[in-house]
Amino acid sequence: MNEPAPYRRPYPSTQPEYLFPKYASTVKRAPKEPLVVLPHTLSELTAPVFGYGDVKETDHDLTRQHQGEPLGERIVVSGRVLDENGKPLPGVLVEIWQANAAGRYNHRVDQHDAPLDPNFAGAGRFLTDAAGTYRFMTIRPGEYPWRNHYNAWRPAHIHFSLFGPAIVTRLITQMYFPGDPLLDYDPMFTCVSDEKARNRLISTFDWETTMPEYALGYRFDIVLRGREQTPMEKRPMETRR
Amino acid sequence: MSLRATTSQTIGPYLRIGLEWMVIEDLAPKGVTGERVRLEGRVVDGDGKPVNDAAIEIWQANSQGKYASGEDKQEKPVEAGFRGYGRSLTDEGGHFRFRTIKPGRVPGPQGRLQAPHLVVTIFMRGLLKQLVTRVYFPDEPANAEDPVLGLVPPERRATLIAKKKGEGALEWNVVLQGSNETVFFDF
Repeated sequence: MNEPAPYRRPYPSTQPEYLFPKYASTVKRAPKEPLVVLPHTLSELTAPVFGYGDVKETDHDLTRQHQGEPLGERIVVSGRVLDENGKPLPGVLVEIWQANAAGRYNHRVDQHDAPLDPNFAGAGRFLTDAAGTYRFMTIRPGEYPWRNHYNAWRPAHIHFSLFGPAIVTRLITQMYFPGDPLLDYDPMFTCVSDEKARNRLISTFDWETTMPEYALGYRFDIVLRGREQTPMEKRPMETRR
Repeated sequence: MSLRATTSQTIGPYLRIGLEWMVIEDLAPKGVTGERVRLEGRVVDGDGKPVNDAAIEIWQANSQGKYASGEDKQEKPVEAGFRGYGRSLTDEGGHFRFRTIKPGRVPGPQGRLQAPHLVVTIFMRGLLKQLVTRVYFPDEPANAEDPVLGLVPPERRATLIAKKKGEGALEWNVVLQGSNETVFFDF
């Protein structure tokens, strides 16, 4: 059997380090011993396969999971899941969760003095289609305070969890909103020094998916790691950059 | 086209909202072949305190050493009812648990067989990206020739090998920092 091609290692400064003291919780949780470089064997190059049986038709609409409608501004969040080689990835399980419009999570640990919304649980799922596209209907989450430092506030965000074709493409990230004044003060958003990489975490307002008299559209494309290409293919790509 | 992977962000403290619907602690329902194992453990931080907000995910081959993934081109059968994926969210004591089967051996670098192992992915508040590690099985002669274990400094290998806790019961803990820190991989 031929050795399968490994996945590309991260570009410098586009992925966070474990220890990032501005985000205080990393201090007691980041490993201190050196990491061992893992070759990409069959165990790393494979991943669980999900199907339409795993998600319900209604899982993508966070505004219709309860008796009534949630409070807040309805939004459509959609985009494509691609790999680093630009290939759309179908069948990717996308899981999202978020705070409600007032900036409160439906979770016992969240004690922020903002109202819970009985009509909003804040979780959704989608399996990307043949073009790697996903789409959620939800409400715009609120900003909320946290205890990382004095007067710390998280910018509005939606958590995204994705499975790709390999265990090493597994990604959990957060999507932000354009123009949020809290972004530059947020230790999570600013956890990498590459400014372009940060900015790719910000969704863009999108007329195409905006629904007249109903909901604004935001677009958020997600790129999962891609496989190394053969040296012949790779070289011109790298010199172009 | 050459793109760059999206930056990883922490799972945060509210992971249950998004991930609890697909907790899978029993990977091998009745009828799945293989030696049954119960794997239990706990996650502790640099102060030795339990981590009560971690997601532990495992990925493994079936008892024949075949992954239920199209990327596995080996001519071996997949097994109905066995996906090989598990997810456990730690409780107040930092505990997680899985019931599964011991996987078969799968090929590694240069066609060398790997010892039976689970791939483990760990997310939690305080981690801006996941940790990746492995669990190997005790009393397994193949551990001595495993090409990945062989990359780990000998004095740290024991952190990747589960301990036997009775018939079919294994214990494996995740120690984030300090003496006995678990080996994590740069993946």
